[in-house]
Amino acid sequence: MTASALDISNATVVYGGRTVLSVAELSLFAGEILAIVGPNGAGKSTLLRLLALLEKPVIGEVRFGSQPVRWEAASLLALRRRMGTVFQSPLLCNTTVYRNIALGLKFRGLPKPEIGQRVGRWAERFGIGHLLSQPAKSLSGGEAQRVSLARAFALSPEILLLDEPFSALDQPTREGLLGELEGVLRESKITAVFVTHERNEALHFGDRVAVVMGGRLAQVDSPERVFSTPVGEEVARFVGVENILRGIVLEQRDGIGVVSLDSGKIQVATEAQAGERVLVCLRPEEIVLARPDASFAAESMRNVLRGTVDQVTQIGAQLRVRMNTGVPLTALITKQSWQELSLAEGQPVQAAFKASAAHVIRRREN
Amino acid sequence: MELIWHGLIQAFWLIIAGDPEVMRITFLSLKVSGFATLLSLVAGIPLGAFIGLARFPGRGFVLSLINTGMALPPVVVGLFVSIMLWRSGPFGVLQLLYSPTAIVIAQFILAFPVVTGLTVTAMQQIDPKLRLQLLGLGASRTQLLLQLLKEARLAMLAAVMAGFGAVISEIGASMMVGGNILGYTRVLTTATVLETAKGNFDMAIALSIILLAITFLINWGLTAIQQYGSSR
Repeated sequence: MTASALDISNATVVYGGRTVLSVAELSLFAGEILAIVGPNGAGKSTLLRLLALLEKPVIGEVRFGSQPVRWEAASLLALRRRMGTVFQSPLLCNTTVYRNIALGLKFRGLPKPEIGQRVGRWAERFGIGHLLSQPAKSLSGGEAQRVSLARAFALSPEILLLDEPFSALDQPTREGLLGELEGVLRESKITAVFVTHERNEALHFGDRVAVVMGGRLAQVDSPERVFSTPVGEEVARFVGVENILRGIVLEQRDGIGVVSLDSGKIQVATEAQAGERVLVCLRPEEIVLARPDASFAAESMRNVLRGTVDQVTQIGAQLRVRMNTGVPLTALITKQSWQELSLAEGQPVQAAFKASAAHVIRRREN
Repeated sequence: MELIWHGLIQAFWLIIAGDPEVMRITFLSLKVSGFATLLSLVAGIPLGAFIGLARFPGRGFVLSLINTGMALPPVVVGLFVSIMLWRSGPFGVLQLLYSPTAIVIAQFILAFPVVTGLTVTAMQQIDPKLRLQLLGLGASRTQLLLQLLKEARLAMLAAVMAGFGAVISEIGASMMVGGNILGYTRVLTTATVLETAKGNFDMAIALSIILLAITFLINWGLTAIQQYGSSR
């Protein structure tokens, strides 16, 4: 295991008597990009401020390079100067672009020639070299956020903390900047934390993903695992598992359980025992559609549900097909496949999925 | 009408000729009010920045006190400073009553809440997230404070103008604690009152014109800096 750059243990942050964040354990490993994802108001930004040492927990500990952080001015300042932060709004000072990028370097008392050299290099890297003498006020949203990024990178931070840096930008600008940022992050191998409420950005960016829900860490895992095997219904819904079926395990043998749904029985891969209540998560792309008269050749397609097509909507190159099979089910299918099936709204349809395609969440009794 | 006209012409000559008495009064006014403003900036800006940025119990009460202070009647301040500096008063031994220093003290008391109050407002107008951003960029407490003041420089210049404006035009306190002593504590406002009472309208008008001109020039300069700053 790689060394930890930052660790949080049993930390709680309270605002006005209300606990807004409670983290049992979170480690940021040196060199990794940790994506913090969650719905608005979940506590993501608070977690980032905690990591940035801008928020003191009422209880608990933060360790920087395995040394416990002492919350007193001089040592906080020294540690903060080893990090860089970028917030959702660019938060530029009312002066030129050059002076904005130079700000953190000036705080560190670097000699002028070095400041100039670093500002120049990072301004070029983020494509704002021609704007250095411009007042920051005159910049567009995208340009301003480039200044904010250059300002953080110019500090050569050991840890870079990014709090939804692109969420206020329009789609094309955001996508462009995401690509550039990813390039810089990968090439500098910097340890970074990237907060976002966009699950796709998290998937795209994170070496690991931390899902924050209701002020707690719901799951910290590789992006693949967070998206394929979410730990709870909330996480599943957030990461875009659209089909979440409630049921009770009737029997289980060799890792395959028979689950009773309202509308029938299905077989899924699970270790849950008979009598346990479970949530069966199915990603829309795991569901295969067929005409009502077709038979499924592949033996692994253990589950075939019959129903009718409710609604078809286009999403990019794909179609989202909502069906009623006794329980509502959503599938994603390419346009071409849909045309080959020649199905339409209101017509009968078959939906099939493999036992191994489902991710089963065992529900705690309550 | 002739009175005004005659007064204006006389005033013009007094200024052009550089009447020594007029000059002395003008410089004393500038010196005393300038110094009082400077002191109020030195004390009021850090205090205002602290109150504007920090959260502490009793903050609302302190703010109410400062806001009240912004509208302090100069005569009340004059009375208070007089009592303090009176021969038998708590600071009587200093023998400061009827001295330029006494006027500076009184004017400082008048300008201090104005500067403090306007600094508080200026600090509160800054996006609170900017503070976090500056700390995140590695600003020490002093660097943070200086950068925030720089950010609020337009509002801060307004504080300077308001502070200076409040004391250069004030008369009650200067009269009471200065005593309007010729060649020693006579300032533009107290001299104007005296000359008007004596019927020397030419002198009074000359002094008024100078007072207006000073106030205008200083505010003009500060406004120019302010607007130059805002366009950058």
